Amino acid sequence: MQTRRETIQQSMVVAGLLASAGFPQFAHAAFNKNGFDAKSVQDAVKAYGGGNIAESKDVTVTGPDIAENGAVVPLGASTSLSGVKQLLVLVEKNPSALIAMFHVSDAVDANFLTRAKMGQSSDVYAVAIMADGKALFAKKEVKVTLGGCGG
Amino acid sequence: MKHSISVLLAAGLITLSQSSLAQKTASQSIDEYRAMLQDGNPADLFEAKGEGLWTQKRGPKNASLEKCDLGKGPGVFKGAFVELPKYFADTGRVQDLESRLLTCMETLQGLNAAEIAKTPFGRGEQVNMTALATWVAAESKGMKFNLPQANQAEKTFYEVGKRLFFQRGGPHDFACASCHAEDGKRIRLQDLPNLTKNAGDGIGVAAWPAYRVSNGQMWGMQQRLNDCYRQQRFPYPGFASDATIALGVYLGVNSQGSASIAPAIKR
Amino acid sequence: MADPMRIRAQAAGDKVTVRVLMSHEMETGQRKDAAGKTVPAWFIQEVTAAHNSKPVLSAEWGPGVSKNPFLQFAVKGAKAGDKIAVTWKDNKGDTRTDEATVT
Repeated sequence: MQTRRETIQQSMVVAGLLASAGFPQFAHAAFNKNGFDAKSVQDAVKAYGGGNIAESKDVTVTGPDIAENGAVVPLGASTSLSGVKQLLVLVEKNPSALIAMFHVSDAVDANFLTRAKMGQSSDVYAVAIMADGKALFAKKEVKVTLGGCGG
Repeated sequence: MKHSISVLLAAGLITLSQSSLAQKTASQSIDEYRAMLQDGNPADLFEAKGEGLWTQKRGPKNASLEKCDLGKGPGVFKGAFVELPKYFADTGRVQDLESRLLTCMETLQGLNAAEIAKTPFGRGEQVNMTALATWVAAESKGMKFNLPQANQAEKTFYEVGKRLFFQRGGPHDFACASCHAEDGKRIRLQDLPNLTKNAGDGIGVAAWPAYRVSNGQMWGMQQRLNDCYRQQRFPYPGFASDATIALGVYLGVNSQGSASIAPAIKR
Repeated sequence: MADPMRIRAQAAGDKVTVRVLMSHEMETGQRKDAAGKTVPAWFIQEVTAAHNSKPVLSAEWGPGVSKNPFLQFAVKGAKAGDKIAVTWKDNKGDTRTDEATVT
């Protein structure tokens, strides 16, 4: 097993490679402020070049029906469609709706899972943005409860 | 007239009960939520930190904790957690995990135990203490609690712990027993285990240290007890004080045979 | 330097499921501390990953992601012995890269 030092040295080499590689699809891994300031789901989608959102059964959003605590809510976005450029995870009633945006490439499954903060019970969205800007979504309601004193 | 109303009522009730049968209960949904969080417990981050701290040379003596005796001999950490608290001849005291880590941090590394005990949770050396406790507990994950009660001091501490558990006080006249001495109690959605007996695998002492998602903090047993006292509106117990250790003996002995899931993930 | 991530990369069939735990406060910038002062925003903005040094993942995150973030994704065509490196960068410019070997 390599030592921590070796791992860190290796990591720095990798980081350097990533920086200099300049792969076009990752050239803009920069932070889209408009997207993350957007109040509504539609505005966040527009910030990434998406059009009016339309529901689609080819997009899936996963999450619990009830979250015991709004600080950590597991949310997933996936799609079976090909030609998807971005997958977005959003919480409608959050101060800013957008949680995360994942670039979809050939190298990874269009299936991402993370954990989000939810201020209150709300619909959560997975939005797939196609190359032509078409935006398709799935949503589900996640109830957030107020816990007790213990646990 | 009366007849048609009761038919309507009956029909309404049937509809209601059918729909609730079709839906999950809130309890089931919460269980699903908890299951979703099991994979990827942020406690892992603290566990990794603790593992590093065990071998890192620190303190005025520039020494690691690798010779620390957690009750199974110097340097033995596997299985130590589920046998604590227990009596230690070198200090002449019954000690729990965090108390024993304090002893080792002082005698092996030259750090100031009194200062660490006074440091608030989540600050300074307490951060390291929590990380170490998390890792040591993880090294006993899945093992069954098996506290010794051979020594007179251990037996005395069990009895002291029991008295403390039932002692009512504070402005609300609470005791640990107010919440934890009956089956089937809960506060809002949190089940309150009956800690006067073996409450089952992964309950009570078998679930701490735990990562609490509500505040994103890692809590050891000392902090859990401290916060219980806060909720009872008692004065705070001293960190790793005899009172907290005695409670740990009472709870731990009651949990004889139950499997530890620490470090766990909690609300 | 920030605490290390915990990365698990497990191969199954022709893909590798990567699970990452990152150590980060993820402050929204909306919380007030005990003294009533607003705690400034401090959160991971960019996450990237590489498989054997080839970039495979790129994501933008906001402060809505939970503290001590968890991320799961699957890399196609990866196998045991391959390297997966994950990098995050936050709004203060701090960055961290950690690597794991696929099991």
